[in-house]
Amino acid sequence: MTVLLSDQRTVQSAEDVVAIRQAVRQRAVELGFNLVDQTKIVTAASELARNTVQHGGGGRVTIEAVEDFGRRGIRLTFEDEGPGIPNVELAMKDGFTTGGGLGLGLSGARRLSNDFSIESTVGKGTRVTITRWR
Amino acid sequence: MERIPILKMGEYLLVTIQVDMHDRLAMTLQDDLTARIVEARAKGVLIDISALEIVDSFIGRMLADIAAMSRVLDAETVVVGMRPAVAITLVELGLSLTGVRTALNVERGMDLLRERIRERFSE
Repeated sequence: MTVLLSDQRTVQSAEDVVAIRQAVRQRAVELGFNLVDQTKIVTAASELARNTVQHGGGGRVTIEAVEDFGRRGIRLTFEDEGPGIPNVELAMKDGFTTGGGLGLGLSGARRLSNDFSIESTVGKGTRVTITRWR
Repeated sequence: MERIPILKMGEYLLVTIQVDMHDRLAMTLQDDLTARIVEARAKGVLIDISALEIVDSFIGRMLADIAAMSRVLDAETVVVGMRPAVAITLVELGLSLTGVRTALNVERGMDLLRERIRERFSE
């Protein structure tokens, strides 16, 4: 996989979540994503950015335009040094929440992306990577 | 502080969300709207989301909560103008907006509100 463009942003506040949505939207438009695919990746980004703020105590996101075997896509990597997730499998379930939300953040983001991976270590932090191809 | 305006039209309240809302702004709208329903003795609330480019789980929950709270306060809520791409994404995200009445546009939303309110008074 080749990285064509990359930029990093901090994810600390509710305003950052909005700014990330806009940055992801812009990148999706540049890459020629159709409206539905733009909406899906932006929505997934919004869920994960909120998780980073609420559960991870803030962190950063790397927004990348990537290319693999001639297809182009967006890869988003959200990282924090928060408390980590003790049971990732449980956290991935629809409706599981510790934050008082709907519990759709992680599971929803996975459904809205093509590739999804999560690594989390208790006491060290969490990294979630998603890719959506054009 | 930044706020989403709430317009009063007779016994209805009209909210048009035209900005990309951050979470606190969404919570403020929820609080303002419930207060206005009581103050204005509103029978119906119409929320126009045609300008919203996404509805994520937070905004989805806000809409569902507003619908539930207004019901408790004896008012009907109709959400109008959802974009097709938003609807597709919302369902894939896992949100079905249970309990939220929707209509395609403001005109149909107003018709639905009037109809619902008429039904209630004839009961």
